[in-house]
Amino acid sequence: MAKERQQPEVAIELEGVVKRFGRQLVLRGIDLKVMAGKTTVIVGASGQGKSVVLKHMLGLVRPDRGRVLVFGRDLAKISRKELNALRMNFGVLFQNAALFDSMTVFDNVALPLRERTAKEAEEIREIVKERLALMGLQGSEAKYPAQLSGGMRKRVGLARALVLDPKVVFFDEPTTGLDVHKSNEIYRLFFETQKQLGYTAVIVSHDVPKIFKLSDYVALLAEGKIQGCMSPEEFQLDENPLIRNYVETTMGPIYSSAKEEPGFYETV
Amino acid sequence: MRRLLEKIGDETLYVLETAGRMGLFLLQCLRCVLTPPYKLRAILQQIQFIGVRSIFVIIFTGGFTGMVLGLQGYYTLTKYGSESALGSAVALSLIRELGPVLAALMVIGRAGSAITAEIGIMRNSEQIDALECMAIEPCRYLMAPKFTAAILSLPLLTFIFDVVGIWGGWLVGVKLLGVNEGAYFQWMYDSVDWTDIRMGLVKSLVFGLLLVWISAARGYYLHLEREGGFGAEGVSRTTTRAVVMASVAVLVWDYLISAIML
Repeated sequence: MAKERQQPEVAIELEGVVKRFGRQLVLRGIDLKVMAGKTTVIVGASGQGKSVVLKHMLGLVRPDRGRVLVFGRDLAKISRKELNALRMNFGVLFQNAALFDSMTVFDNVALPLRERTAKEAEEIREIVKERLALMGLQGSEAKYPAQLSGGMRKRVGLARALVLDPKVVFFDEPTTGLDVHKSNEIYRLFFETQKQLGYTAVIVSHDVPKIFKLSDYVALLAEGKIQGCMSPEEFQLDENPLIRNYVETTMGPIYSSAKEEPGFYETV
Repeated sequence: MRRLLEKIGDETLYVLETAGRMGLFLLQCLRCVLTPPYKLRAILQQIQFIGVRSIFVIIFTGGFTGMVLGLQGYYTLTKYGSESALGSAVALSLIRELGPVLAALMVIGRAGSAITAEIGIMRNSEQIDALECMAIEPCRYLMAPKFTAAILSLPLLTFIFDVVGIWGGWLVGVKLLGVNEGAYFQWMYDSVDWTDIRMGLVKSLVFGLLLVWISAARGYYLHLEREGGFGAEGVSRTTTRAVVMASVAVLVWDYLISAIML
């Protein structure tokens, strides 16, 4: 008997998702599968609705048409209680970290544990300290978000996102506003924590081509649709004109199939 | 013509949508207020913010309102030779109308605006989304303590306003203008009955609910504001609107409650 090839299971699936804000049709039928245990990166120009796609996956926005399935469950058909139970599997690193200004770093990271688990204060303290140490934030427990640099805020946000050992972690523009050094630090932390905790990652990012190195799948959102979701290598060689155009404008023609054009190297 | 109809339809839909949204928000918040778990520590913090920190402004405005009532009331009543009824006029005006209304307006200005701005900034900086993603209900975590605190604080602040106002009326009427002290308090004692106090209490409870509901809902739905609620300008515009809307709502409901209870 031939050995059956193991396919990664689907963690999140969007089927024909349409979303309109006022008179503006933002999503025109999104079809996307996020594979469990893998890293899927959603790229696209600004204003295409990448964060809106992410918010659909999180159940923060409801589609006008179509379905959003998380672990096989349609978010539109579950109660708030069930949605909250599902969200216990989520961790989110927001674009600006979304830390609570009036709370210390420690309290920010401890919040999900205090509110959503029955853990004792001592146990919570241990977990938070361990997560902060993982992010290299020892000694920052008593600081407030306003006292932190952009990179530190992101690291606190990541510590908070990972504190409940989530199955899926969403990253909304994780390196926006950070310099190269701090961006690399965030990527390193992402790489290490994913290896350690084995979570599924969904990343919305502009940081091309760097982000490709960390991804299993790359999806381009353009003209309100996912133009393709494939491995980074396939993505860079894809013939879809929108994907090719995106690759050329973000990475330069040398990365795309355009490098085959005669006379190209002479003009570079 | 078609454009006009479109505009009217658009406006009607927006108003209905906003009303429905705010109505659902109120129900959600009341459910969280009435059902456990109760966040005692957060409620006490909000009582400190909405109630305790408003005491000074309530004493100040209550005192001067009572003094003005004493002054105006004295000169009006003197025309009819009934200045001894000053205590009754001051007390009834304060307990039935001015106490609950002015106390509510003061708290709207001081705490209501802060609630809208705080929640609006939390919405803009994705802190409310973050709560939802952590499976923490914003209504229970953020709103319920504010609702409980406002509903509890307003009647107490109104009581303080009334007492200080009556004292202000006494200061001007009795001490400055020479109204008989015994007559001032006897007229008050004879004319104020339980129905007046009950009306003041009902008003202050309703106003407490109105001010926190409108202030919190406007901040919570800041991102759905038609003119755009983002940025510092969006927050300031929405805060101003919330203050105006809550103040108008207090005056409208003041009339409605008076009409029902009188």
